[in-house]
Amino acid sequence: MRLIDYANPTRFLGLVAKILPWLAGATIVTFAVGLWLVFFRAPADYQQGETVKIMYIHVPFAWLSMFCYMTMAASALGTLVWRHPLADVSAKCAAPIGAAFTFLALATGSLWGKPMWGTWWVWDARLTSVLVLFIMYLGLIALQETIEDPLRAAKASAVLTLVGVVNIPIIKFSVDWWNTLHQPASVFRMGGSTIDASMLVPLLIMAVAFSLLFVWIHLMAMRNEIIRRRIRTMRMIEAAGAE
Amino acid sequence: MASPVSSLEGRTLTLDRGGRRVLADLSFRAVAGRALVVTGANGAGKSTLLRLIAGLLRPVAGDLVIEGGDPDLTIAQHCHYFGHQDALKNQLSVAENLAFWRDFFGVADGTVLDALDRVGLARLIDLPAAYLSAGQRRRLAFARLLVTRRPIWLLDEPTSALDAASEARLLEIVGEHLDAGGLVVAATHLDLPFARIDGLRLGPAIVGEAA
Amino acid sequence: MNALLALFAREWKLAVRVGGGALMGALFFLIVVTVVPFGVGPDLNLLSRIGPAILWIGALLATLLSLDRLFQVDRDDGGLDLILMGESPLELVVLVKCLAHWAATGLPLVIASPLLAIFMNMEPIAIGATTLTLLVGTPALTFTGAIGAALTVTLKRGGLLLAILVLPLTVPVMIFGVSSATAVLYGGMPFTTPFAILAALGLFAMVLGPVAAAAALRHAGE
Repeated sequence: MRLIDYANPTRFLGLVAKILPWLAGATIVTFAVGLWLVFFRAPADYQQGETVKIMYIHVPFAWLSMFCYMTMAASALGTLVWRHPLADVSAKCAAPIGAAFTFLALATGSLWGKPMWGTWWVWDARLTSVLVLFIMYLGLIALQETIEDPLRAAKASAVLTLVGVVNIPIIKFSVDWWNTLHQPASVFRMGGSTIDASMLVPLLIMAVAFSLLFVWIHLMAMRNEIIRRRIRTMRMIEAAGAE
Repeated sequence: MASPVSSLEGRTLTLDRGGRRVLADLSFRAVAGRALVVTGANGAGKSTLLRLIAGLLRPVAGDLVIEGGDPDLTIAQHCHYFGHQDALKNQLSVAENLAFWRDFFGVADGTVLDALDRVGLARLIDLPAAYLSAGQRRRLAFARLLVTRRPIWLLDEPTSALDAASEARLLEIVGEHLDAGGLVVAATHLDLPFARIDGLRLGPAIVGEAA
Repeated sequence: MNALLALFAREWKLAVRVGGGALMGALFFLIVVTVVPFGVGPDLNLLSRIGPAILWIGALLATLLSLDRLFQVDRDDGGLDLILMGESPLELVVLVKCLAHWAATGLPLVIASPLLAIFMNMEPIAIGATTLTLLVGTPALTFTGAIGAALTVTLKRGGLLLAILVLPLTVPVMIFGVSSATAVLYGGMPFTTPFAILAALGLFAMVLGPVAAAAALRHAGE
């Protein structure tokens, strides 16, 4: 069976049913290992104390907020170029998950920032870029929700997603420039120093765990979306055949 | 049913729209149990007359009078208006659409399910209105006339977009309304299969400046 | 009464269901507030000073832009004709539509405002005051905006015209909303003085808005 065969939604559903239990198990095990390392092995920071441990969820959230967008961009290409029947399902389902991860990245960053900077929010270049990304996610969701026909909604949001990909570096650059224009670059620079292996290993394991979680949720959402669309089609057939 | 209306009379009605005189000195009389069928060329003012009776347009001269009915209500509030538009919301289900108009018009008369059954939509009760075909939407809109009782029915091309079976069913319901002592004013090209019909032919539109 | 309750329930359902756009206003609000620092710079002291005003401007624009379809959808599908033939006074119909619209669109703005205030680095007391003034002031914006929505109901692209017509009318609400919010920051004037006037303006708009909008709607059909 070649990869293209999974374009068939029925085959895809069968595959998902087989994969999901394994995926769930892998996710839970990875989380267990990661959390154990974070709480019992990883050292506290000499300046920040235990506060630094929010990093182990904040950084994976931030990383996934971008990974999720890349997933959507790849799906958008699939929709527009190859007209792959699952691509728009994938893009549509990734958007709310991406928005949630981005929101969590912002929220945990804010919680982290309060003890470090004494305020919940600063217009730091990095935070601001993530905020713009969050708004783009919400815009994409709004667009998908507003257009009733799934195919038209998929094409419109695919175009917007790709426009976003082209624009993200420009936005990032502009925000950096805007920020350094107003305040010295030295104020808040995280990750400037090299990170020690005792912190890096738990961080990577947590990143893997959250990535698995993303794939898990994403597959379940895609399954639900496929079923939702089938119900929609069946009801339309029902309406037409009710005479 | 609100107190029955025995007749609806228009006396020398004159109406302008957009600077054009659409109705001039029009008089007519519709009586309970009989259908007043309004005919005329396009633009002769058939729809305008119905909207005037429905209180949506105001005449520049002339009167509209009913005999009987509830003195506390306006003439428009004695009328059901079944125009070209369906007044349906796509996001709401078939039942929700109909239930809203029943609740909004007050006096409920029969259940939503009965009314849907009459127009042949009972099976689609939970479906969003977005999924309905043009003919089904038309019938759902017509079911609105059945959930609340109003003595005067104003029907504007009531059978457009309907197939033969649905058309027959709709005309049967209109016939029952007449038998129950209701009034019907209909703008239509069809020969209505009712025993008691009065005709009102509107002349060609009067072109010229409004007085 | 049943008729109006049914109307409220329907308007609420239409707003919160898929495609209803109830949260679109809150999203727009978020974007307006986010864009301001790009214009004025990320200086937290400056932002905390102008925060209440930014939140008010954001809420004002979000309310007005969400109002353009208030009566237009009903006119487009013929529902407005039937509403006019109902036994409920049109003024009350407008009032109920405004209340439902505010509950679905305006209230989320009020709920979102403390969160957005964090972006503006506002102090807790200022956040509380601004949220309270928005809670009292946004219904006034909705009722005033309804007049514009009724006047532009027959126009295909009435959204911008609506804002042009209504913005001058919202000036008093804006003035007393922002001044009560900033009164707690600088003192000099007690919070309650402008706040009482704001509440009075809200009640006034609640009467004037539906009456004027109903008058405009009655003529729209002709």
